[in-house]
Amino acid sequence: MKNPENLLYAESHEWLKVEGGEGVIGITDFAQDSLGDITFIELPQVGEKFTQGQEMGTVESVKAASDIYMPCDCEVIAVNEEAVNNPELVNKDPYGSGWLIRVSIQGATDGLLNAQDYAGKCVH
Amino acid sequence: MLQTPLYEWHKAHNAKTAPFAGWDMPIQYEEGILAEHAHTRENASVFDICHMAQFVAKGQGVTELLKKAISHNLDTLAVGKCRYGFLLTEQGTVIDDLIVYHLDTDHYFLVVNAGCAEKDFLALQERLGKENIENISPKSGKIDLQGPKSLEVLEKLTKQNFHDLKYFSFTHIEYKGHKILVSRTGYTGELGYELYCPKEAVLTLWEDLLAVDPVKPAGLGARDTLRLECGLALYGHELNEEHTVAESALDGMLTSEADYIGKEQAKIVKNEILVPLKLEGRRTVRNGDLVIKEAGSSEAIGTVASGSFAPSLGYAVAFAFVKKEYADRENFVLKAGRSEIAAQKTSAPFYTKGTARIKLS
Repeated sequence: MKNPENLLYAESHEWLKVEGGEGVIGITDFAQDSLGDITFIELPQVGEKFTQGQEMGTVESVKAASDIYMPCDCEVIAVNEEAVNNPELVNKDPYGSGWLIRVSIQGATDGLLNAQDYAGKCVH
Repeated sequence: MLQTPLYEWHKAHNAKTAPFAGWDMPIQYEEGILAEHAHTRENASVFDICHMAQFVAKGQGVTELLKKAISHNLDTLAVGKCRYGFLLTEQGTVIDDLIVYHLDTDHYFLVVNAGCAEKDFLALQERLGKENIENISPKSGKIDLQGPKSLEVLEKLTKQNFHDLKYFSFTHIEYKGHKILVSRTGYTGELGYELYCPKEAVLTLWEDLLAVDPVKPAGLGARDTLRLECGLALYGHELNEEHTVAESALDGMLTSEADYIGKEQAKIVKNEILVPLKLEGRRTVRNGDLVIKEAGSSEAIGTVASGSFAPSLGYAVAFAFVKKEYADRENFVLKAGRSEIAAQKTSAPFYTKGTARIKLS
């Protein structure tokens, strides 16, 4: 799968879609493919505040567990309960219905990569 | 790293491989572990198990030597039958678990774990005499055909009737000029067959099996979730040289009356006992995670042997070694990273709808 050009990417394999002052966050196709079938997702609660790089959740697959890091300073304004209840959505559609949280961005999004630079970080 | 005769096939079919006991083995194919798991429970899958080691014990008087070397009850093991059991230390802890096939008078076939093959062979050389044991692994292969539809697949492929082959029985067949041992056994909890063949027959047999509908390949990832759901022990997890057979809660298998090495010690629970646990949700624990005394406690009362999300159940399950003074509890707290997970004692097998023992005739 191609990484969409309109997203920003963290080296720790999260993506951020900026929509005005808000952002949608998920894990990348490379991340879901590396993990394999996802069986459990833990996400923060609405209202929680984070700084960039802070651990904000966990994804587990049959074979591995991985922490999810916040790509920007923000406050959580929505959580994708459908993905929590159906973790396979993240495998099937990591940039669409498998999104994880919606946030209000509270600061710069420095240090994130564009799709092309991120592709260079995706080495098994 | 070692490669099975099917390694190129796996790579050509986009398998994800990983090191396992010195072998580069397929963990999953393109459909993924959950799909391969479900396909095995509902249809039929093939697994490349060529990494497991195969020995032949043969020679006059070897039966008597073998009775003292391993825990298997050979007095009641007829020719054409096979049995599960253990190779033990003097302390009653487990060097390996293995299946022994009774081929003929004073003639046995032993199948052991890849990671234990070397130490097993040394122990058996010492216990049986070097002249009585041979490692045939370099010239041998093994494919597991597992799932409720494996009988019809096998019969279609070989044009022979296997309805009369009972659980833990085996027979030899001739297939395209190769001699194959067909054993009604497996490691998934489903009806299935383990096919032992010469190395040069592995690829043909694999491809021919896959040509029969509805067979698909499954990797070691699904093999692990399938065996755990059915409560089957994995060496290095539920069994090891640190725990006796009784501590691994498998002392019910110790029925041999022979005076085998480790016998009395194997029946004693010294420190810990293996407890099957049902976790409260989908989140799992893994090998090495701790069982803690109570929520918030830093005191460990046990260690997780195996844990996984159980695809056929929809929640996570685990086996944990718990200090014997705490093992009677009904509720436990497990620690995975910083998270605490509540767990309830349950009974193994976790998944009880497996077809392995189904009567066919």
